[in-house]
Amino acid sequence: MKKLLLTLVCAIGLSTSLFAQTYMTRTGKISFNATAAHSPEKIEAINNEVANIVDGKTGNIVFQVPVKSFKFERELMQEHFNENYMESDKYPKAEFKGAISNLSAVTFTKDGTYNVSVAGKLTMHGVTNEVNVPGTITVKGNKITLKAKFATKLADYKIAVPSVVADKIGKEAIIILESDLTQK
Amino acid sequence: MRKSFLLTAVCLLGIISSYAQADSLMDMLDKTAPPSKKEAVSATFKATRIINGSSVESLGAGVLDFRIDHRFGQLSQGSQNFFGLDDATTRIGLDYGITKWLMVGIGHNTLNKEDDGFAKVKLLSQRKEGMPISLSYFGNISIQTTPAPTLPTGDTWEYSNRLYFTNQVLIARKFNDWLSLQLMPTIVHYNLVDSNKSDNNTFAIGIGGRIKVSRRIAITGEYYYRLNNTDMLYNGSKTYNSASIGIDIETGGHVFQLMLTNAPGMTERTFIGQTTDSWAKGDLHFGFNISRVFTVVKPKEFR
Repeated sequence: MKKLLLTLVCAIGLSTSLFAQTYMTRTGKISFNATAAHSPEKIEAINNEVANIVDGKTGNIVFQVPVKSFKFERELMQEHFNENYMESDKYPKAEFKGAISNLSAVTFTKDGTYNVSVAGKLTMHGVTNEVNVPGTITVKGNKITLKAKFATKLADYKIAVPSVVADKIGKEAIIILESDLTQK
Repeated sequence: MRKSFLLTAVCLLGIISSYAQADSLMDMLDKTAPPSKKEAVSATFKATRIINGSSVESLGAGVLDFRIDHRFGQLSQGSQNFFGLDDATTRIGLDYGITKWLMVGIGHNTLNKEDDGFAKVKLLSQRKEGMPISLSYFGNISIQTTPAPTLPTGDTWEYSNRLYFTNQVLIARKFNDWLSLQLMPTIVHYNLVDSNKSDNNTFAIGIGGRIKVSRRIAITGEYYYRLNNTDMLYNGSKTYNSASIGIDIETGGHVFQLMLTNAPGMTERTFIGQTTDSWAKGDLHFGFNISRVFTVVKPKEFR
């Protein structure tokens, strides 16, 4: 009887603490646009292979972005992006480690859209910077959707743009993130 | 008792891990990552041509490449002809990537008014782990369209006299970031050769490579060594193996290739078997390849 009770407590403990409120996906979406103001061509790419975990209990959020999975409209641009700008053989992943600063504003058990602010460390091209990104979390049943849009200066990540293409590639990239996560 | 202790331990562990920090979440992502696909090695060469001949690189699916290849006259022509810049041969061509493994192209050459068409098929791709090389097949047909020579009455100038065929296997390996090498066993079939002492098939082995000197600049080289027919004449002149050195410069979305070569022709049959200029005599040609790519069929993410 005692044992049964213990097992029960354990099971509940495990299910609520370990599994509940951890949300995960491997098919999150990140796109960026680094087109300069009067560029004749668009410098933009989409990545559908973003891995993302949100821990609803602690508010911790992590992202892993395989850099080579960014798809460009022009293949040559994609090759140059990997070879010359992101050096993705050397730095294959971009990562974000952070947490929701205003966790109390989100009720993971109640459907709705909540404005959040996420602070943490963004690492790409071998450079780590502290970032603070506003976004939204939409809760619907056991699924949540993360959305954010923010600008990043290429120079902050030591991504050099040669002068010959400075009329095409802007100094900043607008990063748009949309990630649908499912409770684990 | 022991069992329940174990259970409690598991329980505690579970609770502890729920308060996991971002680092352990990152570990969780790493641990649950699907086994990585064996990643293909990209950018063995910067362009679809090393200099005159083909590289293992193909255009992506739905990409159209408009090319202008240009070789000036011989540098040895001296100041009289502005060191060859007064003369030129040109190839204007269109290449297209049908799938990521099949690429075709057509072109017109001012030299011999030759039209050519080719197909390049990617058979093996070098991988980070596993496959050590990339291998492609290249085949082309070219047609010389200059007017038929005047023949004695009774003789006919067969149309087939104008045809040439090339079959090539391109075997390449990107050894590291800066060094790529390629071998090209080649057969060029000449329907018509200058004399019956020459074989209609010229067997050659090409070697090409590139050394990247900076992120945007690479030095290239290409040499075709003929295994037979080395004494083949072309229009009565002695022929030489073709050797070329070049520079690849990436300017934004383009690759600009500059070269010095003893071959004024840009089709396989001309530069492999019918190069009548020699490095030793300084009969070198300065030239360039310009390519401009257009995406005709957008990748699915952009439709």
